[in-house]
Amino acid sequence: MAKVLIPTALRAFTDGSSEVEGAGKTAGEVITAVTESYPEIQKHLFDEEGKLRSYVNVFIGDENIRNLGGLDAPVHEGDVVTLVPAIAGGRP
Amino acid sequence: MSLTESIIPDDRVDKLTNEEISRYSRHLLLPQIGLDGQEKLKAAKVLIVGTGGLGAPLALYLAAAGVGTLGIVDFDVVEESNLQRQIIHSTRDIDRPKVASAADRIKSLNPEVKVITHNTRLTSENALEIIEDYDIVADGTDNYQTRYLVNDACVLLGKPNVYGSIFQFEGQASVFYAKEGPCYRCLYPSPPPPGLVPSCSEGGVLGVLPGIVGTIQANEVIKLIVGGGNSLIGRLLLFDAWEMKFRELKLDKDPGCPICGKKPTIHELIDYEQFCGLKPDHEEEPVETIEAKELKQRLDAGDKIQIIDIREPHERAISPFAGAKPIPLGQMTRRIGEFDDTEDAVFLCKVGQRSVFAIRALQEAGYKGKLLNLKDGVNAWARDVDNSLPQY
Repeated sequence: MAKVLIPTALRAFTDGSSEVEGAGKTAGEVITAVTESYPEIQKHLFDEEGKLRSYVNVFIGDENIRNLGGLDAPVHEGDVVTLVPAIAGGRP
Repeated sequence: MSLTESIIPDDRVDKLTNEEISRYSRHLLLPQIGLDGQEKLKAAKVLIVGTGGLGAPLALYLAAAGVGTLGIVDFDVVEESNLQRQIIHSTRDIDRPKVASAADRIKSLNPEVKVITHNTRLTSENALEIIEDYDIVADGTDNYQTRYLVNDACVLLGKPNVYGSIFQFEGQASVFYAKEGPCYRCLYPSPPPPGLVPSCSEGGVLGVLPGIVGTIQANEVIKLIVGGGNSLIGRLLLFDAWEMKFRELKLDKDPGCPICGKKPTIHELIDYEQFCGLKPDHEEEPVETIEAKELKQRLDAGDKIQIIDIREPHERAISPFAGAKPIPLGQMTRRIGEFDDTEDAVFLCKVGQRSVFAIRALQEAGYKGKLLNLKDGVNAWARDVDNSLPQY
């Protein structure tokens, strides 16, 4: 099990939870487990081809998964996975 | 990554006057700043983009710190709802241009600061010309197109971009300086589609949050000028005011970055509205709307209409819409079975922007009934139909 930190901007899709759990051996599996528990978050994280969206970054610990093999990056028991979407402030 | 050298060249530096020595004595006593650092601050020219929540503490602290020249860019006027967080403006400044109000406040705080006001929107046409004259840019903007514009202009001109961004209780800060580390595009190659993340005007923002994040930005600006310390170059600071947690993540330069990577494909400023999807090139089927007055007439005539309030309970309580069925946006598709597709359904939120997403989500999920968006939302209902309700 990995702990997945949900940023404010995506909490509307996790019933307000700031922290959820996801089972899996890779970043992709852990995030997919989250989208299975909270289907509405799916399209905010992945595009139609199943690729991670360009305005969402995923970190394991303090490392971006881009440097760890992308969605195949290994996740170990107790790792913290942080989702970091772009935020802008005021105007839409 | 740390950056130890000041970005201000020694030949631009003048000695402090005795008055300045008195005024900045608490800086001069710090060995990390001292006379040299304070002289650099006096010589420095910093451009603050936006004089809102982030720009307010940035401008106030940098003026107090003795930054010699402060440029401020904004095209907006002060609104009453700004005053909950934009502490550079006062109640008497409502309806004044933000740059005029901010300039007055800076001058009263520190008359020695040279303030240059740019009462305009930063655009691809004027950005390079405006930014060129400054040493550092502090990004206190509130939208993606200006963020990408500021980033690209800073990369093209070789300037550091001190970044801060806020949403509800959460902030991000970093220093994007392509000469030394990553830029904003290395982190986020492209922005979310418009409206996916609610804006502060719809999602709300804790008033002190920009105070904290903007002050962190001011701190980074000062270190870049003075030299020394550990800058946020190559690090992303995340702050959650509600949990009171700071987290730090590593940021790397993306060798494939289109503007600061090994083989850049962007060599000049682009059309940022188009880049941010504000001018969609493929025409999306428009969502049908209904005016508040027309909805009232249809209800009075006894039409059967399903009215769906997509706001969360705390927001509905601000200005309740009698007779509407609450289905928060995040639950829309999983509750598709609760709709009757033989009756028209009208969706409402504060200003009629988020409700469009509810309609799109149902359309994508295959809903066949008629879906209408209440134009300009509950605020329009309060304005045109029921004056007893507040607009918020």
